[in-house]
Amino acid sequence: MVAQNIFFGIISAIVVISAVRMVTTRNIVHAALYLVAVLAGLGALYVLLTAEFIATTQVLVYIGAVMVLFLFGIMLTKAPLGNVMEMTGKQWPIAIVVAALLGGVTIYSLLNRFGSDRLVTDGPIYRTADVSDEVFSTYIVPFEAVSVLLLAALIGAIVLARKD
Amino acid sequence: MTTLLALPYWQETGIKLGLALAIIPTTSLILVYLFLFKMMAFMQSRLGPNDTGPYGTLQLIAEAIKFLQKEDIHPAQADRRVFRMAPVVVLASTFLLYVVLPAGPDAIVQDLDTGVFYAMAVSSLSVLGILMAGWSSANKYALLGGLRAAGQLIAYELPLILAVMGVVVQAETLNLQGIVEAQATGEIFGFGGIGNPFILTQFLAFLIFMIAAQAELTQTPFDMPVAETELVGGFHIEYTGFRFLLFFMAEFGTAFAFAALASVMFLGGWWIPGFDVDDNILNVLGPGVMLGKILLISFFIFWVRFTYPRLREDQLQKFAWKVLIPLALANIVLTGIFKVVF
Repeated sequence: MVAQNIFFGIISAIVVISAVRMVTTRNIVHAALYLVAVLAGLGALYVLLTAEFIATTQVLVYIGAVMVLFLFGIMLTKAPLGNVMEMTGKQWPIAIVVAALLGGVTIYSLLNRFGSDRLVTDGPIYRTADVSDEVFSTYIVPFEAVSVLLLAALIGAIVLARKD
Repeated sequence: MTTLLALPYWQETGIKLGLALAIIPTTSLILVYLFLFKMMAFMQSRLGPNDTGPYGTLQLIAEAIKFLQKEDIHPAQADRRVFRMAPVVVLASTFLLYVVLPAGPDAIVQDLDTGVFYAMAVSSLSVLGILMAGWSSANKYALLGGLRAAGQLIAYELPLILAVMGVVVQAETLNLQGIVEAQATGEIFGFGGIGNPFILTQFLAFLIFMIAAQAELTQTPFDMPVAETELVGGFHIEYTGFRFLLFFMAEFGTAFAFAALASVMFLGGWWIPGFDVDDNILNVLGPGVMLGKILLISFFIFWVRFTYPRLREDQLQKFAWKVLIPLALANIVLTGIFKVVF
């Protein structure tokens, strides 16, 4: 377990530093690239938790699709080189309060629920087939509900974007 | 699978990683020499590559010396850190692809359960490097090339993944070794002599996969991101010397990896008819069989590249969204129906 703990420390440090740099940097493209580092680090943490399928999905969806579209949009509209953007909004004190509240609630609920319980690491490692079996049997209703929701969002976006 | 020698995990991983690191430059050299130099020179009557040394063998060395001599230039306005990172990101995506490519029952760096899904995920990382290169070069042609590349790779990633879904549904697994095994143990109308290579049952998926792969590799007729006549050179216009070589190596390394993926998913992979799927001898013969199939598929990739003219940007997008994606979806539905009925 020692190696896993060391890598957990290194990856977490990278994620935290990148997250801080993401909000403090003065360049919008750099901010997006720091966000990529944060998301990649989270993917690596999923691998440490033996959630291989979720880690792969994280890379494909967040880095391969969402962040590429972000960068695409930024570069199509306005992406000057160098530190010229005024990136800090006027509402940053409120944002800090909200972030602190959210973090506090998450930490409290995790500690309250699990405390010093340890995850059994010699237990079964779930294969991708098990994940899909669960999704399409136990969780079929939430899965279908989410896909209808996504479809509604897609159609809504098209309706909003169409001028005619 | 009898274990011939048992090593500690870190030694085994070290050896495998070392092998993979050595293989990637080699594969791109093979493709560059065989297809980019020899085949293109014959097809387009180019003089140089066939005349440098015996059979043009010295051309590669001449190119290597040329690249190493060049000065490492940064444009004055460039964002230096991003500029330097971009080729590394593109090459890292290629390296990660090689992790799951199997060349024998045990000849694989890591037999991931998510196999082909993982390959699709890491191959999409190269777009990130291309966008970084295009933006940080402080050159409008580079930026245009980067944006074109991003739009193209996003559009063609969908048919690529959807085409793979047909194979996954038929093989009932995402694991690449499982896909090879499903083809080796399959039967064609009750005849199991050559197994059941999925190119027979999934021919539509194979066509869609190859077209989409051609676009993902930005080879002609889908080479708008690097179109010299329109963009001077695309996203890597400002790169010189070794940094350009990294892009170049990633391009051909990825071409090799996609050819390997296609031969694993559609041509039966490393399995040879007549052998057991986990026969130890296949660890020795498998890589040779794979290489033969990969070279065959790369031959088609480069044949198309040297033959067809470039598409227009709107034709490219229309072709992906209005032809390839509906066809790939229809293929998944058909495969599903056949899977349930038979």
